[in-house]
Parts: sequence; structure tokens; C-alpha cells
Amino acid sequence: MPTRGKIRARAAELRAMFEAEGAIAVETNVLQPAEVLLDLYGEDIRGRAYVTSDTLRGEQMLRPDFTVPVVQMHMEHGAEPARYTYSGQVFRRQEDDASKDNEYTQVGYEVFDRETPAAADAEVFALIQSVVAPLGLRAATGDIGVLMAAVQGLETTERRKRALMRHIWRPRRFRALIERFAGRAPVPASRAALLAKEDPMALDAPMIGMRTEAEIRARIEALRADADTPPLSAGQVEMLEALLSVRETLPFALEHLRDIAVDMPAITEAVLRIQDRMEALAARGVDVDALEFETSYGRTQMEYYDGFVFGFYAEGRHDLPPVATGGRYDALTRVLGQGREIPAVGGVIRPGLMLQLEGVL
Amino acid sequence: MTIKLGVPSKGRLMEKTFDWFGARGVTLARTGSEREYAGAVEGVEGVELVLLSAGEIPRELAAGRIHFGVTGTDLVREKLGLWEQQVEEIAPLGFGQADLIIAVPKIWADVDTLDDLDAVAAAFRADHGFRLRIATKYHRLVREFLRDNGVADYQLVDSQGATEGTVKNLTAEAVADITSTGDTLRANHLKILADGLILRSQATLWRSRKAAVDGAQKAALEALTRKLEVDR
Repeated sequence: MPTRGKIRARAAELRAMFEAEGAIAVETNVLQPAEVLLDLYGEDIRGRAYVTSDTLRGEQMLRPDFTVPVVQMHMEHGAEPARYTYSGQVFRRQEDDASKDNEYTQVGYEVFDRETPAAADAEVFALIQSVVAPLGLRAATGDIGVLMAAVQGLETTERRKRALMRHIWRPRRFRALIERFAGRAPVPASRAALLAKEDPMALDAPMIGMRTEAEIRARIEALRADADTPPLSAGQVEMLEALLSVRETLPFALEHLRDIAVDMPAITEAVLRIQDRMEALAARGVDVDALEFETSYGRTQMEYYDGFVFGFYAEGRHDLPPVATGGRYDALTRVLGQGREIPAVGGVIRPGLMLQLEGVL
Repeated sequence: MTIKLGVPSKGRLMEKTFDWFGARGVTLARTGSEREYAGAVEGVEGVELVLLSAGEIPRELAAGRIHFGVTGTDLVREKLGLWEQQVEEIAPLGFGQADLIIAVPKIWADVDTLDDLDAVAAAFRADHGFRLRIATKYHRLVREFLRDNGVADYQLVDSQGATEGTVKNLTAEAVADITSTGDTLRANHLKILADGLILRSQATLWRSRKAAVDGAQKAALEALTRKLEVDR
């Protein structure tokens, strides 16, 4: 059987298995309106997805993933709770590495359930783990919600918290902001000069463009207020660093996080959610004592996830992308739901990689 | 078979390229009528001159349809993915210098760095309901630069010319464009961000890594590089 046929056959098996678990099989268009994806991901998506266009519909993207169209479909007319499965090709631009696939098959399983998020997390993880179990993969897990809760709990201005929240997904910029807010990075000379001026807008330059004088003045005021904001305390920064460096098996990580929560009560609920999830995972037969947990996991590639995140990796095969990934994306349903929202969690498997690791391809 | 040398077909870039080769004993000239894109090479055997738009030279090099080509670093980096695997830089030619930069209205007293631009982009999106627009024709270079520097909430809008005018015309809030003296930016009331230099470009002689070379062509190739004293 040719390669493509084998992958399709495996994808059909996986999808049938997910259907047997109660999921409804759904399909989505390969061409997705570019606007929605651009609005969600920003300009970066153009570097990762193929864009095409016609003169009537404008820009369209070759589906870079299924999650967004499946969420849209559910938000429009889904019953609750709901379980969906799908399989098909996704397309990713690979301009830096010609050896990476720019088209591959994904099979997914998504759960929209309001009642028991911990159980839904465990359901998705355990199901996907059972599928990839014969491959002996390493599982990585994390929880973006802990870091988000920690940022919300910092003793600083709302403005600074918003700036940090915006860059949760860009660790380098996040770190730079922390350094600045902690008063560890020098204030740029141009900023100091700006703040020293009586009227910084007394310039030999006309007002041009759509950004108004009021907007410029408002930011200058905000910068003045920010300059008067006391720095983040060394203790807070240390706690954040301790939080970000947690990387242990789940029970130890949980203990460690509980210790941090004593001084950082803002994360208490997020930590309790991890505990609930651990219990739910154990109830599903997952060996939680051996499960890795890393607070920073998933911060660079998985931007719509805002809670539980996981991935399955082939040991010693750094050349291969993860065989399966997933996570919780409650906020995405809020953004796409136009006023409605529902907690949701899901994951995808790449049957092509499974077959490759089994030596079939 | 001859080897093919691609040279910009118009204007100062063509003239300066002819001068650079002429100073090294290789005479390039247009032949036929003023409007005909045909050329001649003297001073070295087996080399054919191909006159092309500077913007198409990277693609022709990558396709292996020309062996050598003269064009800007900016165009090679923008148009060729993994450019090092497709072309080899033989010699910078010392003219056509231009910097690809990001510029914003001079009246934006609060903006001097990429950090500021990022903060303004977030506020602009909240105030106006769409992402701050940056006009450019260098989509790939600008996007990669902004991603590496953690700037979010912007969008690129395509501008193939008169880019500096887009802010005044309300079709963009900032620009990413090539500048040599900065005069056009200043005339359009724009200023360059302190850390907004994306790339320094100049006219450069490139060799295609993709063009097939037979025995006779190899001899011509070596004769040309010897003559130009760019043999390494």
C-alpha cells in the first residue's frame, strides 16, 4: 500500500476509535477565511500558514489546524456537552527547514464540557496516551493557567499585568518586561529624556496618520505614571522564577507549587485544578507518579492553550516533531464565541509519525 | 555553452555595475537600440550578459538559469528561503547601499524603540479595533525581525512604491522600507526607530549554487572570477 494510503487507513482507525468513545465525526473546509486566523494569531500566522486569494473572497488560508474551525462550528450550533473527532490534512509553511513536512495528516479529539474540566482533561490525555502507548513515547505536561494566575496576582499595576499577559507566549519578551518592571534593566536614555520634557509633543513635526494626538498624550501620561510605579519586589520576581523553574514528576511538582502558593496565594486555585486533574488522571489509570510536569511547557508553540497542555515525544528523536499534542483552550471559545464561551480541551495525533516510528513507513 | 551573468537592466544600478566590471577589465554594454534588452561582454570569453529586473535576479539565480547575478542583499534575503543554500555571495560591490528600517511618524514623541512600538500596537488595536499597519514590500524580512523582537498586534500591508507616503495617506501607521540618506523619510515626517535596523544592504555579486556547469562553462567561470579578482 502506498504511503498516503497507509496513513489514511491509520487515520480512519483512530477516528473510528474516537467515534466509539462517543465523538461525532466532523469535517471542515481546507480553505479557511484568513481574517479569523489573522485576528487570532496576528501577522506571525503568515509565516506558518499558506495564504492564497481570489478577487471575490479575498485572502484564504490552507487550514493550519482543525481546532479553530471546529470551535467555530461548535459555537454556532453545537449541543452540550459535545465530543468531536476529525481527520485530514493540515498545511504548514516550512521556509527554514525543507526536511519538515508542509502537509500532514492530523486526527483529533475535542471535548466541550462545562461540568467537569479536570475529568475532561484526563479523558483526552488518557485516550491519546492509550493510542500512542505501544510507541513508548515520553509524555510532557504543563499548565499555562498557573503562570497566568501568577501574573494576575503580582503586586503591581493593571497596566503592567496586561503587558505581561500579552507576552506570556513570548518568553524572551516576557523576561525583558519582568527585568524592566523589577527595575533591573536600565531605562532607555530616550525614555528618560521624554519624561524630563515639559511638553514632549512640542516638536517640529506635523500630526500625520491615524494615531491621534490624544492617543500619544495618553501614552506619555501612562509612561509618567509607570515611571512612578514602584518596582516589582525582589521577592515577587524570585517567586515567579521559582514557579517557572518547576520541572518534576507531577506529585512532586504539585507539592512544590503548593509551597509557592503559600507566598503567592493568587495561584492557589490553579494549583487546586492541577490536583483535581492529577486525581482524575489517576482514576483513568494514568501513572501520575511517572508523569512529568513543567510549568514552562508549551509556552512557545501552543498559543491558544490557556490551561492543561501536553505532548508526546519520541525519545532521542529530536529531529521529529511531537507525535501528539493537546491542551485546554477555554479562551479561544470566548474569542470565537461572540459573547458565548465553553470550557474545551482537545488533542491531535499525527498518524504518519506513528507509522514512521513503527517502521511501517 | 556560455555562462550567464544577470545584471539589472536599468538606471544607476546598471551603470554602476557596468563601471565595477569595467574597472576590472570586463566591459559590459547594452547593444542594439536604447529599448532593446540585449548586451555584450568583452574582456573575458564565454560569458553572456542577461539584462533583468533587479527583483527577478534572486529567482533566476535560485532556479539556476543564470550563473552569476548582481542584485541587492535585501532582495536575496527577502525572496529566497535558506538563501545560503541557493546562492553564494562573491563580492559586495560598494554601491547601492541601503538600510531596511522601521520608521514611525516623527510626532510620535513616545516612540523610540521596538519596545515602544509593541506597546503602541497593543493600545492602537484596543482604540481602533484593528492592528497597527506597517507598510512594506519586504514582508518576510520584516515579519521575521518583528517576531524575533517580540513585537505583536501589528499587520503588514503591501506597498510596492511611495511607501513613505502611506502614513500621511492613512493607509498605514508605520513603514518598513529601504533608505540610504533618510531624506525621503524626513520629507515625509517620519523617523527611524533607534533599534529599527533590519538589514544593511548593498549591490552584491552572487553565484548560483543551483546552475549546472559543464567543462567549457567551468573554464569561463574560472576566467571570470580570476579577472574580477574575486577568486577564493
